[in-house]
Amino acid sequence: MLEDKDRIFTNVYGFQPWKLDAARMRGDWDDTKGLLAKSQDDIIEEIKASGLRGRGGAGFPTGMKWSFMPKESKDGRPSFLVINADESEPGSCKDREIIRHDPHKLIEGALCAGYAMRARAAYIYIRGEYIREAEVLQAAIDEAYEAGLIGNNASGTGYDFDVFMHRGAGAYICGEETAMIESLEGKKGQPRLKPPFPAGAGLYGCPTTVNNVESIAVVPTILRRGAAWFSSFGRENNKGTKLFQISGHVNKPCVVEEAMSITFEELIEKHCGGIRGGWDNLLAVIPGGSSVPLVPAEQIRHAIMDFDGLKELGSGLGTAGVIVMDKSTDIVRAISRLSYFYKHESCGQCTPCREGTGWMWRVMTRLEKGDAELEEIDMLYQVTKQVEGHTICALGDAAAWPIQGLLKHFRPEIERRINERHAAMQEAAE
Amino acid sequence: MAARHIAPDTPELRERWGKFAFDAETKAKADWHIAKYPEGRQKSATMPLLDLAQRQVGRETDTQGWLPLPVIEYVAAFLDQPVIRVLEVATFYTMYNLEPVGKFHVQVCGTTPCMLRGSDDIIAACKKRGMKSGHVSDDGLWSFTEVECMGNCATAPMVQINDDNYEDLTAERLDAVLDALAKGETPKAGTQEPGRRTSEPANALSSLKEMVTENHDYRGEW
Repeated sequence: MLEDKDRIFTNVYGFQPWKLDAARMRGDWDDTKGLLAKSQDDIIEEIKASGLRGRGGAGFPTGMKWSFMPKESKDGRPSFLVINADESEPGSCKDREIIRHDPHKLIEGALCAGYAMRARAAYIYIRGEYIREAEVLQAAIDEAYEAGLIGNNASGTGYDFDVFMHRGAGAYICGEETAMIESLEGKKGQPRLKPPFPAGAGLYGCPTTVNNVESIAVVPTILRRGAAWFSSFGRENNKGTKLFQISGHVNKPCVVEEAMSITFEELIEKHCGGIRGGWDNLLAVIPGGSSVPLVPAEQIRHAIMDFDGLKELGSGLGTAGVIVMDKSTDIVRAISRLSYFYKHESCGQCTPCREGTGWMWRVMTRLEKGDAELEEIDMLYQVTKQVEGHTICALGDAAAWPIQGLLKHFRPEIERRINERHAAMQEAAE
Repeated sequence: MAARHIAPDTPELRERWGKFAFDAETKAKADWHIAKYPEGRQKSATMPLLDLAQRQVGRETDTQGWLPLPVIEYVAAFLDQPVIRVLEVATFYTMYNLEPVGKFHVQVCGTTPCMLRGSDDIIAACKKRGMKSGHVSDDGLWSFTEVECMGNCATAPMVQINDDNYEDLTAERLDAVLDALAKGETPKAGTQEPGRRTSEPANALSSLKEMVTENHDYRGEW
């Protein structure tokens, strides 16, 4: 188990104040000027060496992402850092804890990351529903300005860097990086085609990098303790510590920081008080937020909770939002409810997604009751394949994968419902 | 996509809201928001200004607030934008209420993580009190919406009522919150689980135990 001294988010539960003086006593903003005495490229190299992969779901190497930003502005355009705090993936609830209990880690991280990628300012895009969290974050930003930590000559480095907060207003799709940029520009959050990639033309047509809250908030600690420390946790290619969020049918749902590559069983036993009703009562787990396919009980128990370990099981680490389902779960309904979520959240731009999400949800509601023909299971699978990969952004894929996971692992359950209903109808007719 | 429609543009609506203007407090906040964005990019302030407008409507009507068309037009003029550019933002994002709501907007999360922890009971408890979607209760107190994941999954099930979240609910705990609100009281926000602080394992803390009693600095142990 990860030792407390190696946890980055020591105030994740908010037992202590988030305020600047308290955060400083925990080690935030400690000689930030010294951290930034290194060159931009050295910081990027340090983050690359730490093995940090993006914590927002896709797992793209963070240092490499920063290296795509221009080293100098040839035409006078500034560069921007956009921090993705639009945490809306069902099962994910970690960025909220960082923002409301450890906001200075995020703001200091914004300065370090912004400096490394030569950005002029950071915009933190926080989901609209995080109302109290946004109040805390803005207050923390104000404190940091007052103390001279950000703004002109930020932390005495001679570097000018602003941090602004922008609140969303209830649209899951704005968590997609180009939709987020559109939304920041005051438009509907509909994703852009790539290329151009944001590092070339993003916010206001300027070079932009979009990073998740957790990816940014861990940066100051990595710089303080060194890449070797961070990469001492987790397997090769899956380094570091990670906030796991366990919800559903465990005895003690919680958010907890653990080392990457911990096994599912250890995670649940150490922090969550075990599966409700014991391991024999476990049915399935969605290990990385609603967008990844579920994993049945027999495969998940000893699974390694990292990018590669879950990929091997046909699923993914995603945001590490672990949704646990015991045998009392109506598994078809659980996935059907996710289908409704994606139908509700489709931005309506691409036809396969706009029409497909509604179509898939309607079929799923019939499969819940067995009110379908057996052939429709294959038809549903085909439709998920027609949506997947045929849309501008990954929401179409995210809507397809949970259903594919269900069909792969629980097809007999769906067939049973259909056959039972047919038998009941037959009986009623006779 | 979420099906969203604006309230009909009637003479009564124009009569009531045609003269809407930001009050001094809202105006100051609007200017502060606009200043966050580069020169000439005031369009970026569309979302914060719609939120401010909705909140001012809320104060004027003693509700959570909503966005009548004349108010949307006012925001467009304030930002020097075509009305459609602001209207399409107002209809795209679900937190902008396009119809009047009650004093308390009860938004129950019904997505799978909450569903697994019993959001069906929470929704049933709301309905038992006469709440239903798209309808303001006769006493003007309650509006109800089943919403999508609110990001409180480790403290599910939850509701958001106006600006506060109430988490770790049961039907009884929800009733207690709603009764308190109806009486004009301010119930404790956050988790309703006794002994639980936020999203730690309830009454079974598995890490960071020093932090409970002191602002512990772990750097000495590095």
